[in-house]
Amino acid sequence: MFTWIEWLADQLIFGLLGLAPDTHLGAALHFFVYDTVKILLLLFLITFVMGVVNAYFPVERLRSFLQRNRLFGLEYLLASIFGAVTPFCSCSSVPLFIGFVRGGIPIGVTFAFLITSPLVNEVALALFLGMFGLETTLIYAGSGILLGAVGGWVLGRLGVERYLSDWVQKMAEQPVLTGDFEENGQTFRQRLPGITQEALSIVRGVLLYVIVGIGIGAAMHGYVPEGFFEQYLGGGQWWTVPLAVILAVPMYANAAGIVPVIQVFVAKGIPLGTAIAFMMGTIGLSLPEATLLKKVMTMKLILIFFGVVTTFIILSGLLFNLIL
Amino acid sequence: MKTIKILGTGCPKCKQTEAVVRKAVADLGADADIQKVEDIQDIMQYNILSTPAVVIDEVVQIKGRVPKAAELEALLKA
Repeated sequence: MFTWIEWLADQLIFGLLGLAPDTHLGAALHFFVYDTVKILLLLFLITFVMGVVNAYFPVERLRSFLQRNRLFGLEYLLASIFGAVTPFCSCSSVPLFIGFVRGGIPIGVTFAFLITSPLVNEVALALFLGMFGLETTLIYAGSGILLGAVGGWVLGRLGVERYLSDWVQKMAEQPVLTGDFEENGQTFRQRLPGITQEALSIVRGVLLYVIVGIGIGAAMHGYVPEGFFEQYLGGGQWWTVPLAVILAVPMYANAAGIVPVIQVFVAKGIPLGTAIAFMMGTIGLSLPEATLLKKVMTMKLILIFFGVVTTFIILSGLLFNLIL
Repeated sequence: MKTIKILGTGCPKCKQTEAVVRKAVADLGADADIQKVEDIQDIMQYNILSTPAVVIDEVVQIKGRVPKAAELEALLKA
């Protein structure tokens, strides 16, 4: 599938620019062009597929489905999967949170969506697929979805409703049933231009981050010696996982910028579980998100929420290091 | 006169939406009062799940995406 990109990079770097494949610069530039084109293409494909899914299963539909059906625990998993396939936008997480609570959806189920939405998103998936391959991507997506479902369930069990802001609690007391979800009756052909445009705009939005991230990754590849992190960060000691996650939580970075760097970490000796946990801490939880959530929940609930998710990220990192 | 409300907490997409709305109104020379609603409590009165949203005369017409100019012009003419 990607051989033509290899060919393109060959023509551009070795042909047009006349660099030799065995020089540092030639190899690094070739790597850069190949990776960038491949990842942008994957990103477009993934956002396109998510756009198609969302056209037929928007969150409004999930909400009315959850209001109507008893799922005996599966609702956490369903909400979490939805969080993964819905294009993530931090500006929508608060309206969505309130909309669910107000619609009478249990708070744990709402949290399941809220945890997975930033954690497993289109940008992270495209970069993982491009840099680590299918197997690692499936592990990442699967564990992210599971983490959201379990984390949401635990938060629901803790009975955290009482820590919501007063006005949100009032809204939750008088749930409104929001009629059946109405189809807008457009055919696939009518929807296609909109979906394509949306996918392109997402790709355009992260283009710069992807290029900068891959650039930093390519540069680090050349200059960080093999086994560097292993030597200085203690490759496999258990405490590196909590340390990496605690460092990562206050940080906020776009997945596009962080995955290429993580890939270098792994190539130079950091265990995959530690790297994935670091990445989850960076994109899944952040200070800007906490500020947004402050409008709907008390500080105490934000701390509980962050605490529970951080704990599960650390646990999954430790588990990966054991089994991978 | 139409009252157009743009609901959004200030994310980039909400700003884009405001620009599209202002341009469509200016291009049509429509008689409209454009308001930006940024308070989350006020936004939630409209029972939407994602922003940005465009409300024309208290009816939610667009939610969760940046509208296209042609689409807005059609709504404004209606």
